[in-house]
Amino acid sequence: MTRTIARIALAAAGLALLPGFAQAQKNAPNNDITAQAEQVFRSSFRADNPKYWMTRLDQDEAMRLCSQYRDNPPAKLRAQIEKAQMATIRYPVEGKLIGDWKEGEKLAAVGTGGHIGFIQPDPPGRLRGGNCYACHQLAKKEVAYGTIGPSLHHFGKLRGTSDEIVKYTYDKIYNSNAFTACTNMPRFGLHSWLTPEQITHIVAFLVDPESPVNKD
Amino acid sequence: MHSIVHAALAAATVGLAGAALAQGSTMDDIAKYREMLADGNPAELLEAKGEDLWKKARGPKNASLEQCDMGLGPGKLEGAYAQLPRYFADTKKVMDAESRVVHCMVTLQGFKEEDVTKNWFSKPGRDSDIEALVTYIGAKSNGEKINVPARHPEEARMAKIGEQIFYRRSGPQDFSCAICHGQEGKRIRLQELGNLTTQAGAGTAMGNWPSYRVSQGAVWTMQRRLIDCMRQARWPEPKYLSDSVIALEVFLQKTASGTVMQTPGIKR
Ligand code: HEC
Ligand code: HEC
Repeated sequence: MTRTIARIALAAAGLALLPGFAQAQKNAPNNDITAQAEQVFRSSFRADNPKYWMTRLDQDEAMRLCSQYRDNPPAKLRAQIEKAQMATIRYPVEGKLIGDWKEGEKLAAVGTGGHIGFIQPDPPGRLRGGNCYACHQLAKKEVAYGTIGPSLHHFGKLRGTSDEIVKYTYDKIYNSNAFTACTNMPRFGLHSWLTPEQITHIVAFLVDPESPVNKD
Repeated sequence: MHSIVHAALAAATVGLAGAALAQGSTMDDIAKYREMLADGNPAELLEAKGEDLWKKARGPKNASLEQCDMGLGPGKLEGAYAQLPRYFADTKKVMDAESRVVHCMVTLQGFKEEDVTKNWFSKPGRDSDIEALVTYIGAKSNGEKINVPARHPEEARMAKIGEQIFYRRSGPQDFSCAICHGQEGKRIRLQELGNLTTQAGAGTAMGNWPSYRVSQGAVWTMQRRLIDCMRQARWPEPKYLSDSVIALEVFLQKTASGTVMQTPGIKR
């Protein structure tokens, strides 16, 4: 026990002598590794990234807590995050939550959009899709699907098309964290990655009995 | 000559395998065309070029890189890459293979850092000396065990910082490294992601770089690989050789320690 403490003390003394460390410590009160990591991370980007790109590194409360708890927050925080995220959900002006599944089919497949930087950015105005296939199986005919999320094949067939299911589907796509704090699924509506109208199309793609998600 | 013929053959087979790969499963196909390319990885051309660059007197000081210390002493390259990143007393910094080579080109050969790093990666019609040198240096660790215990306090600190960054979520898709690389057996579309938080997963992910990327028709270094993952995360672009990329490398190499390198590699 004492030996460990002595070793830590020695190590700490050694650290203080290193210039890199001293520099980081100045900006990081309490010698907190999270604060040091934040400082290193933030200063690692090219100076010519425009400011509005750099804001992408800012974290809201949910991101901060999810990072801190490595996506596994204690139950109380989990509930708190979910409640706060639920309150962010906005609906389309006309109030109709089911759009056109054919539009939704296209959006679910598009994986481009939103890439920035100087090496291989998306051209400005490039369609930003939901990229649902990156993580989910949906229509049976699309075999190039990822497995980070569960299969959504036959989603509507299994869950039905009740108002509750439609609203749940819309809400889940708008803000996934409203139901599952720190899920790997992006919050498409919250970030305005997809518009409310676009989300209604994807809802239709998931629940409409005529959509290839349910038909085949 | 021999290897040029091989490379041409390899390029031809890659075209075919690439088409098959687009449809079929991933790991099987990759295993298959690794086999096809086993004695003809196009990266070997670059490795030979890197050796030339290492040995030739160049730069304002007209010196070679043969006295460059990659961590095991001046000129000692066998197994050096497998033990990077590490702390260097002369710069008082934790450096990876790429930052160290750049350091040597500046100090030994007298190049300006901005000039050396201008072409840190290749494009069609634009070669990269750094890519060639790092491929050569990497190949000198082929068959060696990755060994980054991160015992020096500054290395340990960088490993911890890398781990923090690995779980840090941000951007318009709420991404972190962990959401793509934190679970067993997941894939995005058809690309296998691997669990980089385990020794085996990190070993598979780290041990083949620098690697010839079939889909890109070019060799990528680890900096290039990680900077592209940050692009996929929809973040702004990191500086080349930045501390957060080096910190991630320390974290991943530490996790991968004990696994055996096979480099230059060949990847999708
Ligand atoms: C980066 C991966 C990722 C992407 C991209 C993604 N999801 Fe998800 N999704 C998940 C994960 C992981 C879950 C399971 C955990 C949860 O419920 O949040 C999930 C869950 C869901 C659920 C709930 C399933 C259920 O059984 O109730 C729905 C619905 C859903 N996703 C729809 C979509 C749609 C539609 C898109 C495209 C607009 C999409 N997801 C994009 C990862 C992703
Ligand atoms: C949106 C998903 C995504 C994110 C986020 C992401 N990566 Fe990747 N990563 C990939 C894909 C896709 C590949 C390439 C796999 C392939 O080509 O088969 C990859 C490849 C890699 C590899 C090489 C693996 C190998 O087997 O050769 C490493 C190492 C890696 N990523 C590390 C990271 C780190 C560190 C971060 C965080 C800065 C990160 N990635 C963020 C998707 C992602």
